[in-house]
Amino acid sequence: MANAEADKNILQLTENDRALIKAIEHGLPVVSHPYAEIAKQLQSTEQEVMARLQRLMDAGAIKRYGVVVRHKELGYKANGMVVWNIPDDKVAELGMCIGKYSCVTLSYRRPRRLPQWPYNLFTMVHGSSREGVREKVDEIISNCKLQDIEHTILFSTRRFKQRGASYTQRDPEPVAQPQAGQRKSGRQAANLRLVK
Amino acid sequence: MANSINDFSPLEQHLLNDFQRDMPLSATPFADMARQLGVSEDDVMRSVKSLQEKGAISRVGPVFRPNRIGVSTLAAMSVAAKDLECVARIVSAFAEVNHNYEREHEYNLWFVVTASSEEHLDYVLHEIEQHTEYPLMSLPMLDDYFIDLGFTLKHAAETGSYNR
Repeated sequence: MANAEADKNILQLTENDRALIKAIEHGLPVVSHPYAEIAKQLQSTEQEVMARLQRLMDAGAIKRYGVVVRHKELGYKANGMVVWNIPDDKVAELGMCIGKYSCVTLSYRRPRRLPQWPYNLFTMVHGSSREGVREKVDEIISNCKLQDIEHTILFSTRRFKQRGASYTQRDPEPVAQPQAGQRKSGRQAANLRLVK
Repeated sequence: MANSINDFSPLEQHLLNDFQRDMPLSATPFADMARQLGVSEDDVMRSVKSLQEKGAISRVGPVFRPNRIGVSTLAAMSVAAKDLECVARIVSAFAEVNHNYEREHEYNLWFVVTASSEEHLDYVLHEIEQHTEYPLMSLPMLDDYFIDLGFTLKHAAETGSYNR
């Protein structure tokens, strides 16, 4: 189901790499020496933890390292997932054009699922209101010459979950977090069923 | 919950704005931020915790690159309105689901599923269909045309460097 091509790029990780990823995927502890604290958990040393993290960064495992902002709380009240049906030979060029806008946070090509889903480019456009998002989209259409391209805007109405990706689902749960109530392992989830 | 950038103190605005990427790998990251902003390490740590409590930042740490340490896909479901709450809860309960949104469309539930292997991803997608009794459409990323620069909070940027 997932992309076979991208699979070739998966890094070969050691047990220790996975343990470190698990320790940091939901953020550093907010203490003076966070890597020393993580090292204690992993029965390692601060130096070793930092060196391993540096290797993961060098290998391109980490896209961004820093303060992860939840945009919705920052005046970006509306976000529209804008999906486009772009001819295959134009999608890279137009995807990059759209991706350059500061209000755009994603520009991904994804497969069409015909007949029900004709769209092959996904972009995320943020604004202070829906009207703000629509105005940005109009500006993008005009500047990137997308007048003849079919598109639709999917506005989000509710956020059920937003958290860092979990790559370590086979391991025990990390320490409880503010949203921990919503988070269960796959096994616990198996106890939930839709009652129609 | 804060609603606008103006609800944050100048220090908070700088913490939100100035360290979204390329945070240096140092043993004392919060002390480094403090030095850059001309405040104490305690000020920074207190503000970071407070921003986390307010829900303005989810964490300080890594954003992993898709498909480098695992595989992921965007999944969409078309769920009857009466079932949506329940289906969303079931979907969110999977640890492998890290974003789950309702969107106004015939496909009204959109979520990202991430796993350490292709096999596990397929297993989870199958499990989600089984437990929700709805089919899902899996739309894995094929190409990324976006250079991630995080967000720029204009207001904070305009205030210049922070002085106490």
